[in-house]
Formats: sequence, C-alpha cells, structure tokens
Amino acid sequence: MSAFFHSPLAGPELLGLFGHFLVLSLLAVGGAITTAPDMHRYVVAEHHWITNAQFSASIAIAQAAPGPNVLFVAVIGWNVAGPIGALVTMCGTLLPSTALTLTASRWGARRRETRGLRAFTTGLTPLTIGLLVATGWLLAMPYLGDGGVHAIGAIALVAVSIVVMTRTRLSPMWLVGLGAVVGALGWV
Amino acid sequence: MTTMDPPAQPEQPPLAQPASASELFFTFNRLALQGFGGVLAVAQHELVERQRWLSREQFVEMLALSQVLPGPNVVNLALMFGDRFFGLRGALAALAGMLVVPLFIVMALTAAYAEFSRMVMVSGALRGMGAVAAGLIIATALKLMGTLRSNRLGRPLAAAFAALTFGMVALLHWPLIWVIAGLGSLSITIAWQRWR
Repeated sequence: MSAFFHSPLAGPELLGLFGHFLVLSLLAVGGAITTAPDMHRYVVAEHHWITNAQFSASIAIAQAAPGPNVLFVAVIGWNVAGPIGALVTMCGTLLPSTALTLTASRWGARRRETRGLRAFTTGLTPLTIGLLVATGWLLAMPYLGDGGVHAIGAIALVAVSIVVMTRTRLSPMWLVGLGAVVGALGWV
Repeated sequence: MTTMDPPAQPEQPPLAQPASASELFFTFNRLALQGFGGVLAVAQHELVERQRWLSREQFVEMLALSQVLPGPNVVNLALMFGDRFFGLRGALAALAGMLVVPLFIVMALTAAYAEFSRMVMVSGALRGMGAVAAGLIIATALKLMGTLRSNRLGRPLAAAFAALTFGMVALLHWPLIWVIAGLGSLSITIAWQRWR
C-alpha cells in the first residue's frame, strides 16, 4: 500500500527508469523475466525505490493474475512511482522489442522459403520445445520442495493438468479452477 | 509422441483465418484472460485447436522466432500473428487485446494485495493455480513435440537438441543467450547442411 504514499519520482529519475527499461528490453532474449535480476539491481539495490519484498511480491502478483507474465514490469513501475511509473516501465519494456519483432518478422516473411531461413527455424524448433519443458520444470520446482503432503498434491495437479491437456480439448480454464479449489483446501 | 495426439487426424482440415482486426483483439483478450501463470498454453489451445488459425508446425515456428527475438515471448507471438494477417493494425490489435484488460486487473490486484495476501485460502489457491500453470506448459511442450517428426534434422537428432536445451537451462541454469548462441548455431548449421 505504501505505493500510494510514495512521492512520485522527479522527471530526471523517471527518464532514467525509462532508459534503463528501454535497454533491458533489447537484452530480454527468452522473455522479460530473464532481465528481472538486473531490474532488481536497478530499482532495489542501486536506487532503493522499492524493497526486496515489494520486488518479489510484484512478480508473484503478475504470475497469479490473468495475462502475460510481462505485466510484472508494470507492477514494479507502479510500486516505484504509481500509475506513471507503470506506464514508464511498460512502454520502456515494449517499444524496442516490438519495433524489432515487427521488423524481423517482416524481413523473415519475405524470405520464408530461402534455405537460410528454413535452416534457422528447423534448427531452433527443437530448442524451443526443450525450453518449454524447462520452463514448466522451473515453474513446478518450488511446489515440489517440501516432500510432504503438499508436494504430493502439487505433483498430482501437475500430472492431471498434463494428462487432461494432452488427451482432451478441454479449456485450460477448468484446470486452473481445479487448481484454485485444491489449493484453497490446503492440499498444495 | 503418437499416443499423445488427439485421435482421428491423419489429414488435418484446412486452416481458418481471422475475419478482422477486431476479431484478433477479442481473441487475444480472451486468451490472455484465461492465462493464469502465463499465456502460452492457452495461446496454443486457442490459436491451434480452437480457432484453427495456425497448424502446430506454424505455431512452433512462430514461437521459435518469438523466443529468439528479445522481448516477452507471447507478446512477440501476438505481434507477429497480427502482422501476418492485418499488418501493423493487426499487430497492434493483438497486442492491445493481450495487454489492456489484464493490465487493469493486475493494477487492481496490486492495490488490493495487502488485504489478499493475509488470507490463507487465497495464498493456497494461488499455489494450486501455479502448479497447474506448470503442468499446462509441460503439456504444451508434449503436444508440440509431435512436430519434431517432420523436422529435417531427423527425429533422434531433434529430440537430442531438445533434451540438451532442457538440461542446460533447467538443470545447469546456464544463461539462455549462451545456450541459444552455442547449441542453436550448431543445430542451424546441421539443418543448413541437410537442405540441399
């Protein structure tokens, strides 16, 4: 709640925040979350705009909310400097990568059938799939740690989600709802 | 992964196309609002299985590009997808659909966080949703593994590259950029040589 009582940053500081997120945007290969350590360095360790706990909570809130995980960037901005801060960090994060993605995908679309681009996508597809499994693995690990009844509940939820998603065309929403109920009952 | 595929699809029916940029906006809005703990699994479900706007092969190809380019993967995917059908207008419609409403929700949650986090049932529900999110991502990966069958690298080699990527990122925690630069350039080089 302290965000509401924070005095928003001065102009030059907001500009610095914007510039930092602009640069990080272009370094975010593999997703925005890969630059979280450097965001932490900037807003927590270097400038003391928010606390460690606020930083972690920002990521947790964005993970729990519907929508892309990149919204954690907006939550960090909000905690640093209110709504203006959210605008500054989101625009900084999205502008460079959006421009680059559109340019690159148009360039690529004109060369779809060339040998170079085919080799590029053929070569990277297996890495993409390996990376997806790794992401799921890393997301699951925190829930499997304690080895007790909670870990069993979490393993069961992960397993049920995998089976239902691969065997049926049920909307993932139902599984998320099941997870919420099972978790609220204290089994995860 | 043959046993994992849904039954009866030897010959896929032809793909559909989005009718307008506003249909893109609403589809991406709907899929973003279903995406707790990440949107990728839902995006695959909506774009490939429900709307049939992309084949699995096209989806994984687009995903590969959006992972190599800097920026949030699903956001890059939305931009590329929208741009393919309706140019810049489509790209911005898909982007706005994915971000605007979830942004307001996450801001409201931020404002209410202090109240919510004290309730045990809420934090338990969040843990349960997190575990499901992990399962959904793994399931998406398993489904997309089917596309390795037609990969020009050949199935064993493609599977080996996928397994190595998993090991380096998930078990060894190597920085992604080095994994892609190293392993990726090797796999691209091999693919280049296969394409004569």
